[in-house]
Amino acid sequence: MIPGLGALTQDTLWCFSQLKGTVEIGATEADIISTVEFNHTGELLATGDKGGRVVIFQREQESKNQVHRRGEYNVYSTFQSHEPEFDYLKSLEIEEKINKIRWLPQQNAAYFLLSTNDKTVKLWKVSERDKRPEGYNLKDEEGRLRDPATITTLRVPVLRPMDLMVEATPRRVFANAHTYHINSISVNSDYETYMSADDLRINLWNFEITNQSFNIVDIKPANMEELTEVITAAEFHPHHCNTFVYSSSKGTIRLCDMRASALCDRHTKFFEEPEDPSNRSFFSEIISSISDVKFSHSGRYIMTRDYLTVKVWDLNMENRPIETYQVHDYLRSKLCSLYENDCIFDKFECVWNGSDSVIMTGSYNNFFRMFDRNTKRDVTLEASRENSKPRAILKPRKVCVGGKRRKDEISVDSLDFSKKILHTAWHPSENIIAVAATNNLYIFQDKVN
Amino acid sequence: MSAEVPEAASAEEQKEHSLLLWFVQPLILSNLEEMEDKVTSPEKAEEAKLKARYPHLGQKPGGSDFLRKRLQKGQKYFDSGDYNMAKAKMKNKQLPTATPDKTEVTGDHIPTPQDLPQRKPSLVASKLAG
Repeated sequence: MIPGLGALTQDTLWCFSQLKGTVEIGATEADIISTVEFNHTGELLATGDKGGRVVIFQREQESKNQVHRRGEYNVYSTFQSHEPEFDYLKSLEIEEKINKIRWLPQQNAAYFLLSTNDKTVKLWKVSERDKRPEGYNLKDEEGRLRDPATITTLRVPVLRPMDLMVEATPRRVFANAHTYHINSISVNSDYETYMSADDLRINLWNFEITNQSFNIVDIKPANMEELTEVITAAEFHPHHCNTFVYSSSKGTIRLCDMRASALCDRHTKFFEEPEDPSNRSFFSEIISSISDVKFSHSGRYIMTRDYLTVKVWDLNMENRPIETYQVHDYLRSKLCSLYENDCIFDKFECVWNGSDSVIMTGSYNNFFRMFDRNTKRDVTLEASRENSKPRAILKPRKVCVGGKRRKDEISVDSLDFSKKILHTAWHPSENIIAVAATNNLYIFQDKVN
Repeated sequence: MSAEVPEAASAEEQKEHSLLLWFVQPLILSNLEEMEDKVTSPEKAEEAKLKARYPHLGQKPGGSDFLRKRLQKGQKYFDSGDYNMAKAKMKNKQLPTATPDKTEVTGDHIPTPQDLPQRKPSLVASKLAG
């Protein structure tokens, strides 16, 4: 990795690379992308959608002839991960929408990922088959049984090359452990366990065992009338297998240590920014609800996303974040209508780049924002079909708040709130990003000079 | 920024937004405070706007309706007792033929399997893979 690569200096220019998905306006709801995730090497990129399907893209090998074109992502495998269900006992419709995908680190030739909907987590194995045995004694080439009386000689079957076939098989189904809707899954650094979190509980699983899980956090009050907050996201520490964090709808983060007790209801650390009571409004709690929490790759920081900001916290300082970035503060004067059209409840995710120097998150009008933590520079870019020519450089966008609007700027009232970028992903070591814009997937790369 | 005086909502405009009766803490601001805050904070101005449109917002007691609503996402109500009783009653009369236009099943109508939209898994491959 080239030193400095990943920093958003003024020399970093983002270019369009690829666009996946259809152009037609009549795209179905099932096509809406609900999660995007690179694997640990960045070789694979997985997407999940509302229709319960997973599509995995693989980066092609870079050819020496095309130095200026970095490896593109092509479809590698696609499968139906979850299907719609109906819980007759509770009269609950269970959506097939894939809420999260998390990759396991690669340990052999096959790839493994976890995918989850509201109720069930599944472990999928994606493997390649490029050889097949030929020359069976008891079967002919079409697989029909041969009459043993006609066999006069014996032969040893040999493996012959065949066209590459990628197959996805569900290896484990972790079901019936969540009463409420699963919002997060996170693979532990021990590679043996993972956690799944719903609105009120977090469970710890062993990959090998599907009929049991340990409950490690339970915030359900004895009397549901006293419910004041729910769990919104959870993640394991990238290196310490005993540590995890979870965020709440009240804008707080709790760090827990599984060595302290079996049930981690008592947190080890509690991160909360003090609020100015004079600024409190009806919207305060709603916009402080954390929609995503992510550890930095270093494990030293956590990043949280609430409705209007992204915050970086140092694990060693609980009383306030060390950095706060405004994503779209101009929406503060629109909160009434955003509440009425439910947009105020949109759950945006946030991501770190490979070196933890830049953070990225989405906004409305198909805008997404990047913040360089070192230079304190930020940029707003747009995922649009108009800027979809190969290697076209993305032009920074600007939202005009009031007064005179310059030619290239867009006014707050012209923003399209139905075009929201909730899910983005950053390649683990390179400046390649995947941005999900409703039913389209955009891949951008930085300009190769 | 000029201070906005909230217009009194007419009877027709006063929608009872039962879905939006969510709050965590009751907030009671005096009129004077509201006027002051509108000038200083866009958030407070927005809040005043919201209260003008939905005066009953934030007055329902007991817990957080917002959170409980969130936990109940996907809930459909089906009472097998009602369904079977309705079926028994129907046996004596001719079953009405299904209307060609499927209107939403609401009110006293007991839903039958024919009325409910079928939830089928996506048989079509994702367009991302196309």
